[in-house]
Amino acid sequence: MDLAESIVMRVAEAAGYSEDEVHKLGMAVREGVVNAYNYGNAQDRQKKILLAVEFEAEHMVVHICDEGCGFELGEVPDPLAEENLLRTSGRGIFLMRAFTDDLAVHKRPGGGADLVMHKKLPHRHAGHGRP
Amino acid sequence: MALQGTCRDSGEVAIIDFSGKITLGEGSATLRKMIRELVDGGRRKILLNLSDVDYIDSSGIGELVGAYTTVRNASGELKLVHLTKRVHDLIQITRLFTVFDVQPDEGAAVRSFK
Repeated sequence: MDLAESIVMRVAEAAGYSEDEVHKLGMAVREGVVNAYNYGNAQDRQKKILLAVEFEAEHMVVHICDEGCGFELGEVPDPLAEENLLRTSGRGIFLMRAFTDDLAVHKRPGGGADLVMHKKLPHRHAGHGRP
Repeated sequence: MALQGTCRDSGEVAIIDFSGKITLGEGSATLRKMIRELVDGGRRKILLNLSDVDYIDSSGIGELVGAYTTVRNASGELKLVHLTKRVHDLIQITRLFTVFDVQPDEGAAVRSFK
């Protein structure tokens, strides 16, 4: 997870994001990779986690794919709900949402989940494609 | 930097000065272990100084919540002091200011224990 986080942070820095945004992106990726390992791949070290970063016209897009069964974002309990505040887990998805502009989960054709995060590019790069 | 904690006393209050990252794995385990040792040793007033904690992930937040619950279940109090901006912001967005007693400085924190 440290490697994935640092890779994305370096890419984000090169894309011109602020230090704060770079940190948030790194955290979001870290949370995504941890979830992919713990829940997606059920801590099976034989299963792979794929990290991909791409650029669209207006966004940096990060994909984190696992080899699990997939999941529905809507089924993740709300960690801000009163009854969940004292839970020791369950905040990863919430933080990913808080630190990115859009979070979605898709089923991969061969199985597993593709967690997709969009982050709007810094204004000086927006509309210019790759930085 | 891996999480390190050093414990000191201010009267009945056990203060743990943490430095490094509270993240999944070693960092979380260190926090859990230190809290457990204090509670098992009969300490019921525990203050966590997080001035040198520059990074915390959701697992680290979970560990802080776990520490709070552990101490509370032992009829004790756990408080936080000197949150860095990043930690402060995380505690805020996760609504954990409704759980944790975060004090402005160590003196105020020590005086606030019942």
